[in-house]
Amino acid sequence: MSSLTQSPPSRAVTTAPRKRAKGREVWEESPTWFGQFGKGTVLTVVCALVIVPVWAVVITSFSTKSSINAAGGLVLVPHGLSLQNYQLIFSGGTVSQALYVSLFVTLIGTALSMLVSVLAAYGLSRPRSFGQRPLLMMLIVTMFFNGGLIPTFLVVSDLKLYGSMWAMILPSMVNVFNILIIRSFFQNTAAEMIEAARLDGANEWRLLWSVVIPTSRPVLAVMTMFYAVTYWGTFFNALLYEPDSRKWPLAMVIYEYTYSGNQMPGMGTTGIGGLQNASQLGLQMCVVSLSLVPIIVLTPFVQKHFSKGMLTGAIKG
Amino acid sequence: MSWRIRLRRDKSLLLMTIPALALLLVFNYLPMAGIIVAFEHYDIYQGLVHSDFVGLDEFRQLVANPDFWHAFENTLVISFVQLVLYFPLPIALALMVNTVLSSKVRGFIQAVVYLPHFFSYVLVITIFQEFLGGAGVLNVFLNKHGISSWNVMTDPHTFKYLVTAQAVWKEAGWGLIVFLAALAAIDQSLYEAAAVDGAGRWRRMRHITMPGLRGIVVLMLVLRLGNALSVGFEQMLIQRQAVGAGAADVLDTYSYIYGIGGGFGSATTMGADYSYGAAAGLFKAVLSLILILGANRLAHAFGEDGLYRK
Repeated sequence: MSSLTQSPPSRAVTTAPRKRAKGREVWEESPTWFGQFGKGTVLTVVCALVIVPVWAVVITSFSTKSSINAAGGLVLVPHGLSLQNYQLIFSGGTVSQALYVSLFVTLIGTALSMLVSVLAAYGLSRPRSFGQRPLLMMLIVTMFFNGGLIPTFLVVSDLKLYGSMWAMILPSMVNVFNILIIRSFFQNTAAEMIEAARLDGANEWRLLWSVVIPTSRPVLAVMTMFYAVTYWGTFFNALLYEPDSRKWPLAMVIYEYTYSGNQMPGMGTTGIGGLQNASQLGLQMCVVSLSLVPIIVLTPFVQKHFSKGMLTGAIKG
Repeated sequence: MSWRIRLRRDKSLLLMTIPALALLLVFNYLPMAGIIVAFEHYDIYQGLVHSDFVGLDEFRQLVANPDFWHAFENTLVISFVQLVLYFPLPIALALMVNTVLSSKVRGFIQAVVYLPHFFSYVLVITIFQEFLGGAGVLNVFLNKHGISSWNVMTDPHTFKYLVTAQAVWKEAGWGLIVFLAALAAIDQSLYEAAAVDGAGRWRRMRHITMPGLRGIVVLMLVLRLGNALSVGFEQMLIQRQAVGAGAADVLDTYSYIYGIGGGFGSATTMGADYSYGAAAGLFKAVLSLILILGANRLAHAFGEDGLYRK
């Protein structure tokens, strides 16, 4: 099993995606009209399957009760958009509160996760360091076997984390898979650069901070996003450890009030005026849209690094 | 070099790994020790150490319970459906996207299909609900045209296809990445040489592309088999009330529902029988480990690396 961790770093480099030349190679025959059309249709449909639902959700969140009623559900064609749903959910109450919780969990959790992961990845990335193999084994075993839900639940409860927001952060703070990916990137940092810095008197902390981290920005960006997205969507830990609805994150609020069909209570404005004119569906789609925003904003920035990170991860375990 | 010198030399490296190791010890290794709860009649007031040790008692109850075997069967069936209907899709999609010449169009397609991977299952299921549920777009359309409505979200008979569809919608685009990268790594001169030798498009696909993808396909298959018993825990849990336990209970949810119960859907909630739930969890964990190791051996038999090398 040990070779999992010791495969030569060069493999990740040689399989990195190559930039494709523009146009068709001279020896390639041009595709048939039928083939071209078929491919275009399939790919358009595939993209539409993602775009249309997201579009409908966002448009519905901006729609008034009357246009939602007219459409009989999700609004596909925008008609008289308004901000009233957002004004309602931001006026204090369940959703505003959940937004704070989600932001807290995401910001603190991601920062801590990255800190711990980068440190561990670097600590295990220097060749032939003391105790590296047994320590790596300790990490990897947790990918193959775990105590299961109940013992974990009992441990978290015994630590008095039940009902605390830290229960949404601490148990999932370390992701071994992410650490291994970061580690394999760190191993690829040019040895000459490290050697030069070492000669200039840099210790390991300095090396990590001034040489390794600056040259590994792409993978760190991807990993930050992975962690952030996981914390942003945190649901199960909240379900397990959070009995108090005031400490629920967005995903838990969506589950409780959208999927299980309960009405959204305590919208801030004491009901009468606001809720009468707002559609439950519109409000729910507001919350869903809010959950989508960071993902849609972040993805384009780190997208070009995904394949490198994923491939290294897939090949090197 | 003596170990003392190496220890002194590397002490800052060791220091760096301590936070991660400490967290793993607490949240991964401590629960492993806590597995002992499966062999006890756990009593909250007695705690782990002082509860009665009963050996395999809980396991005997477990295998005697038809509900457990039903959950086991559901797990295998859903896993199989996902293997057949989900696994080939990212490969097919990658082959297709790879032939798109314009890098702008390729980038756009990728950006779009990756997106759902980052949505949590709560979001995915909510979106499905609004499209296929009783008051969703599909049924509004059906009603308008006088066709009897069909609430896909609460139909236990088609539930396994529904969860597969959700998994495909969420993950197929993401699964694409690995195969696209593998395709890009195939030596282009092979294609050129084959074309010169008179091989048409399909023969090049069959003799160059397919062998080029073989390694990564086997690896992905091994990963899939190793995880065969962990199918969509959150998905099942969220939709359990809507379709009923009969269709939605898998090994993971079984362990959760019987072990902890959860404070929702009280009609189907069992009590908090920690020991029974832990026994179900351990049963699954051990089987999973055997599956992973077995799948890896299979990969080696195919001459591939699998998760780790021989």
